[in-house]
Amino acid sequence: MEFTLITLLNGLSYGLLLFMLSAGLTLIFSMMGVLNFAHASFYMLGAYFAYAISSRIGYWPALFIAPLLTGLLGALVERHALRAVRRHGHLGELLFTFGLSFLLVELVQLVWGRAPVPYPVPAALDRPLFTLYSTTFPAYRGFMMLVALLMLLAIYLLLRKTRIGLVIQAALTHPHMVEALGHDVPRVSMLVFGGGCALAGLAGVIGGNAFVTEPAMAAALGSIIFVVVVVGGLGSLAGAFIASLMIGVLQTFSVTLDFSLLGLLGAFGVEATPALAQQRLLNLSIAQLAPILPYLLLVLVLLLRPRGLLGVREG
Amino acid sequence: MRDMRDMRGRQRWLLWGAYAAVLLAAPLLFPQAAALSILSQMGTAMVFALSYNMLLGQGGMLSFGHAVYSGLGAYVAIHALNLATAGSLPLPVSLVPLAGGLGGLFFGIVFGYLSTRKAGTGFAMITLGMVELVFASALMFPGFFGGEGGVSGNRVFGAPFLGISFGPQIEVYYLIAAWLFICTAAMYAFTRTPLGRILNAVRDNPERAEFIGYDPRRVRYLTLVLSAFFAGVSGGLAALNFEIVSAENVGAARSAGVLLASFIGGIGHFFGPLLGAIAGVFLTVVLSAWTKAWQLYLGAVFMLMVMFAPGGLAGMLLGLLGLLRQGWRGGIAACAVMLAWLACLGAAALLAFAGVALLVEMLYQRSLESADGSAVRLFGMTLDTVAVAPWLLALAAMAAGSGAFLQLRRAFLVRWQAPAGAQEECA
Repeated sequence: MEFTLITLLNGLSYGLLLFMLSAGLTLIFSMMGVLNFAHASFYMLGAYFAYAISSRIGYWPALFIAPLLTGLLGALVERHALRAVRRHGHLGELLFTFGLSFLLVELVQLVWGRAPVPYPVPAALDRPLFTLYSTTFPAYRGFMMLVALLMLLAIYLLLRKTRIGLVIQAALTHPHMVEALGHDVPRVSMLVFGGGCALAGLAGVIGGNAFVTEPAMAAALGSIIFVVVVVGGLGSLAGAFIASLMIGVLQTFSVTLDFSLLGLLGAFGVEATPALAQQRLLNLSIAQLAPILPYLLLVLVLLLRPRGLLGVREG
Repeated sequence: MRDMRDMRGRQRWLLWGAYAAVLLAAPLLFPQAAALSILSQMGTAMVFALSYNMLLGQGGMLSFGHAVYSGLGAYVAIHALNLATAGSLPLPVSLVPLAGGLGGLFFGIVFGYLSTRKAGTGFAMITLGMVELVFASALMFPGFFGGEGGVSGNRVFGAPFLGISFGPQIEVYYLIAAWLFICTAAMYAFTRTPLGRILNAVRDNPERAEFIGYDPRRVRYLTLVLSAFFAGVSGGLAALNFEIVSAENVGAARSAGVLLASFIGGIGHFFGPLLGAIAGVFLTVVLSAWTKAWQLYLGAVFMLMVMFAPGGLAGMLLGLLGLLRQGWRGGIAACAVMLAWLACLGAAALLAFAGVALLVEMLYQRSLESADGSAVRLFGMTLDTVAVAPWLLALAAMAAGSGAFLQLRRAFLVRWQAPAGAQEECA
């Protein structure tokens, strides 16, 4: 029970971090129809900016400045590069962000080196939040969950209750009509792209010290968040939310479980003959399978429900 | 009309003859051992890039996981080679790439069934997931994949056939060249088949293709299977060339590499990926020996291509040829003016590039190689990264070069488009 609860909490906090990343990605995708391949790179930039700022003026200012900087950079990229590539169609945009992800990781190495940087959890949060039976739950994990939930609430309120949100939502579905009504749609897409990148940056500030801040962090999360948005359904925020929690919990549980198929067969009363025990596939434990589980889930979802869990349009 | 067709046909024979001649003559022009190894790598990369362009260029399918087919093909090939060495499979070395191709074909049939269910972004995402899946499994099943170390083989076994043992690199090169020529011809022939034509239609307008009675998904699936076969052949060639296959052959980096190379070469033209493969191998093998920042340059070149030259090297080459032809009609003087413009543009670009390279190399020296001291050798100069002057020099070169390039480019584009516009008016 203790194990289950703690792992569930860890999985949920990881899943919420994934959601912070996939929320920005989903917004950008639904607005511009292009998957931002450099999204995880903006997450990495957020973490590095936060490291640089927090080592000078402290963590709390960094929590606000680093996402702003990341968002600004994203807006600049959209304004000066993506908009020019757009004429050549979506393929050009996708390839551009793909190249950008290459460039950003190299630039980060150029400035901060290849080794992980010491980006610590702030002292005020470096303590246990509560003790469950005998395991302590770190306060920073709780803070992570809190920020993610606040962000979810903020996005919801912004999109549903404000005028800007109304324009954004309308621009998603009827860009020409919105333009005819006198709104600057290119500027709205710049804002959305910058905003999405800022969300990724915020996730970087929060995730960078909960995990490790290093040049490989973008590649490690990059393909997982694509699994999240595809499983959730391309363009669906609610789907991304469900899928990120699902994958977060699935991955956290699987790395801690040491069962194998052979053990499962044993539980059903199948005798482990030597020939059976030799089978590599049967001996794999769930922990060993953990890295591929999200991708297996992706394949499974696409087989059963090609649109993704809550997707509305065919990809 | 008929004369025209005859001329076209003769031109085609000339083109293919020249291609074969280049393949035959390349090792004579670059006989050094290192060059021969690079040429062999270029050959395998060319088959790979052409097979990739069947998907991206002709079918509009952006795949992030094409290395899955070439890599798994390479594994099948190396296992076939090892079986042949052990004497349990009667397979000559020259046909090992065919085993690789069949391996690629098999996995194309299996994985393609899933990935071609969707087009566009969905297809790209599934291939991305698949490459992760296969790469992770490669480390999970060391029996077939050989774990971290990979599977090694030996291409020299049995008695030499007609004096060919495939021991020396030159013999491997000619084997690769022969397979490259056959595969190029086969893939070119594919673009002329009804399937190849319908594939273009499916790329441009799937609804219409469906309306006239073709199932877009089926067309995509068949193409992917064929493309996986050729990718497998390239994997088999790579297995013979290196005599080792490791998990990185199926990895995401390899898949990204072929995408970058094909696009840089130009996906809109059949021969574009051939140029791209040459450029790609050059950038990854030669450039990485010169500088640690080669991935930065590769990424930057790619992004500049996407922004300014979406036709790739092939598009630039054809544009240049068209320009020369146009200039030729206006007389030699007009042609010379055009070439002078291009030379100025090139010089400005080179200056900007030199500035950027200087800046990047000095930054690398400071952040990553600072243990080796502060001096860096570039373009025959020794620069001290602690001093201010080199930084100013680099910044000045970068600013002057890029400023001049942008100004010249604007004026050049006006001139370039003027004759074409005049022609349209006449028509």
